[in-house]
Amino acid sequence: MTDMTEGYTTADGRRIGPVLMDLRNITLRFGGVEAIKNISFDIREGEIRAIIGPNGAGKSSMLNVISGFYHPQEGEVWFRGRKRPPMKPYEVARQGIARTFQNIALFEGMSVLDNIMTGRLTLMKTGMLSQAVWWGRAQREEVAHREKVERIIDFLEIQSIRKTPVGRLPYGLKKRVELARALAAEPKLLLLDEPMAGMNVEEKEDMCRFILDVNDEFGTTIALIEHDMGVVMDLSDRVVVMDYGKKIGDGTPDEIRNNQDVIDAYLGVSHD
Amino acid sequence: MPEQMLFATEAALNGLMAGVMYSLVALGFVLIFKASGIFNYAQGVMALFAALTLVGIQTGQIPFSHLINAIFGTDLHHFGWELPAIVAIVLTGLVMILLAVLIERIVLKHLINQEPIILFMATIGLAYFLEGFGDLMWGSDIKKLDVGLPQGINETIDRVTYDAFGYGFFIDNLDIVATVVAGLLVLTLSLFSQYTKYGRALRAVADDHQAALSVGISLRFIWILVWSIAGIVALVAGIMWGAKSGVQFSLSLIALKALPVLMLGGFTSIPGAIVGGLIIGMGEKLFEFFVGPMIGGATENWFAYVLALVFLVFRPQGLFGERIIERV
Repeated sequence: MTDMTEGYTTADGRRIGPVLMDLRNITLRFGGVEAIKNISFDIREGEIRAIIGPNGAGKSSMLNVISGFYHPQEGEVWFRGRKRPPMKPYEVARQGIARTFQNIALFEGMSVLDNIMTGRLTLMKTGMLSQAVWWGRAQREEVAHREKVERIIDFLEIQSIRKTPVGRLPYGLKKRVELARALAAEPKLLLLDEPMAGMNVEEKEDMCRFILDVNDEFGTTIALIEHDMGVVMDLSDRVVVMDYGKKIGDGTPDEIRNNQDVIDAYLGVSHD
Repeated sequence: MPEQMLFATEAALNGLMAGVMYSLVALGFVLIFKASGIFNYAQGVMALFAALTLVGIQTGQIPFSHLINAIFGTDLHHFGWELPAIVAIVLTGLVMILLAVLIERIVLKHLINQEPIILFMATIGLAYFLEGFGDLMWGSDIKKLDVGLPQGINETIDRVTYDAFGYGFFIDNLDIVATVVAGLLVLTLSLFSQYTKYGRALRAVADDHQAALSVGISLRFIWILVWSIAGIVALVAGIMWGAKSGVQFSLSLIALKALPVLMLGGFTSIPGAIVGGLIIGMGEKLFEFFVGPMIGGATENWFAYVLALVFLVFRPQGLFGERIIERV
């Protein structure tokens, strides 16, 4: 591989920047079980980075480490050139890392609009007192944030369900609302945990398009976990492959496709 | 209108207003339960503590004076001031917020991710601690709470109804004030939760902890916020009940009257707490009026609980509670 400190240019001509997040020798244990074994990889600015692997490979654990839900016993997390101390999930979110969940974690009782508005909580600056009387600054701020949210709603084509309580939406739309909420935070790094799981072909195509558009229009860096190999190979610039908590491959989709370890892990070989 | 109907209407009106007082207490429970899934057994004691503190501050009592006197052999009792009611109420509100911060720091912080039953036990402990602490701080004698709320029969209603029906309704001024205050409180709370960022964060936490964390909401901050609000609600309830029947230990037992209200209205619904309170209040008075004489009276002591029991059988989530759906 060539020297990449300043980034690289993709096959379709997009410019990828320097390293945004660097994970160094991460090891995560649950009791005696090692979910992640000494894994290192980086995510670059403007990149779509995929993490793939068979069930139980530790992909979701990895995402949880990045978003602060899990704390690795060993290793370092570097974000925007700085080593990150152990942080609570909400602190990570405030640093500009937004995420979606494999099993969708939305506020079911709230409307689509309110759900997406919560994504902007960290960007709202007015204090307690101003909020309590809800006058002047607080009100102006709310209106400004509403405009941003409406733009995201247009972008993801969910205008018609703005006022619907999320609990009443079908699965595919919930996934889209969750993406909208994460986008509303204007994240520097967007983490998507199986954004297409459980969707039909049409919904998958929509979601693919949205992910590419988000990356393209907002320049958002995206790290995603996905099972559908076709999707991963089409979407991502670089792919990390995990198996049994270990990293067995890292490179462009083409390199991964021809990696013997990866082929073995997916097709299965006898280990004797 | 026949006389019987007039009496019944008066009883119903009085019941509605008594119901508002129940709702005030139930409201505090609902707020905390919604945001954190904790059934706060200490809510009643918080109302007592708030009322004690209010009286203490207003009349210029020296806190812990009994303790100080016993240890140092001094004879301190009063600072010698008498504060205006509004100042004392604001100061007490600040004390309740401080209490919320301390409860989070000392108790809840260490119990994150524990079973609800453990948190419930912690609030029982809190209730007994607070009860003793309040006594130690302000003394255990019965106190009179006077913040200048009007009391006694409302002459206007009495006169108007007398002119119209030939029978004057007895409606207590304090009950009218309580109704207005409770209405304002609920209005403020719902505006706060609908339109402010903290309100939205509060609803978010009530809905899904994990998702709330992922959008950058600090659970601990929200808990402090919600316990503060519950503390303020307890203060309002403490003022109303204290003005009605004096500040003493039995004030904390109003929590028991809030239980059937919650079962009726649902543990997670603010409108439910209000409607539940009204139904219980009115039901109690009407039942006593119509059925009481047939079975020897004193039905008000148990009617609310039996009604709640009936509800538990047919609609366990309450009138407004979230539907309980078990997925298999």
